[in-house]
Amino acid sequence: MARKMKVRTRTQDGMVEVLVLVSHPMETGLRKDKKTKKVIPAHWIQNMSLMHNGKLAAEANLGIAVSEDPLLGFRLPKAKNGDKIKITWKDNKGESGEISAVVDA
Amino acid sequence: MSNLNRRKFIKGTVASSAVLAAAAAGLLTPVSAMAASWPKKAFSSKKVGLVLKSLYGSDQVIESKDVKIRAPIQAENGSVVPFSIKTTIPNPEAITIMVTANAMPLTANIKLPSAGGYFSARIKMAKTSDVQVVVKSGGKLYSSKAKIKVTVGGCGG
Repeated sequence: MARKMKVRTRTQDGMVEVLVLVSHPMETGLRKDKKTKKVIPAHWIQNMSLMHNGKLAAEANLGIAVSEDPLLGFRLPKAKNGDKIKITWKDNKGESGEISAVVDA
Repeated sequence: MSNLNRRKFIKGTVASSAVLAAAAAGLLTPVSAMAASWPKKAFSSKKVGLVLKSLYGSDQVIESKDVKIRAPIQAENGSVVPFSIKTTIPNPEAITIMVTANAMPLTANIKLPSAGGYFSARIKMAKTSDVQVVVKSGGKLYSSKAKIKVTVGGCGG
C-alpha cells in the first residue's frame, strides 16, 4: 500500500527548508497489543534520502525512536525556487515511497 | 528443437532460476537484504560511546556551542517530542541524534553530502533524558546536549 506523503518548502534563515511528512506507523517492536498481549512487530522507516536536482543532498538513517508519521526537516543552502527535489524512503519490511516536488519557498 | 532454440531455452531457465534464488534469499533475510546501508550495529548499541565508535570509529567528542538544539524543556507526551538541531560549523558531514536514556540511544543518523547543517524531527523518549547531538565535520566530532523532561513515556506501554 502506498503511504501518504507530503512535502513542503519554505524559507528559514535564508535557506530553503524542506519538510517531509510520511504517514507511517513507525512501530518499535517493543510495544504490546493490550488485548492479545502479543508484541506488535517492528515496522519503521530505515532510510530516507533527499535528492536536490538529481544529486543526493541528505541521507537519513532512522531508528525506531522517530515518532509515528515522521515529519522531517532538511535545509538546502544552495537551493533556488524552481529547483527539483525528490524524497525516497524505505522501511524494514521493504515498503518504499517517493515524492517529487519543486522548490517554492 | 534446433540448436538455437535449445540455447535460448537453457538461457531462459538459468535466468529464471537465478531470479527465484534471489527472491528466496530476499524472503529469508528481508532486513539484511533491504537495508544494506542501514547501520544495524550502531542502532542496536545500548551505550552512547558504542554508538559513536560504531559509526565513526571514535567516541572522542568536543563540546561545542555551535551545535544548537531546539527542543522543549518539558515534553508532555514522550512519544512525540518536537526537536530540531542547527549548527554553524562549516561543512557538516553528518548529524547523529541520541536519546541517552532510551534502550537504544541512536535515534537518527543523517549524512549531509550537500544539505545544510540542520535537521528536525519528532522523536520518542522513554523518560526524562539528555539528548545528545553529534556533528561530524573535518574528521572531528562536535557535541552538544539538552535535557528534556518527559512526563509520559513514549516507548512501550
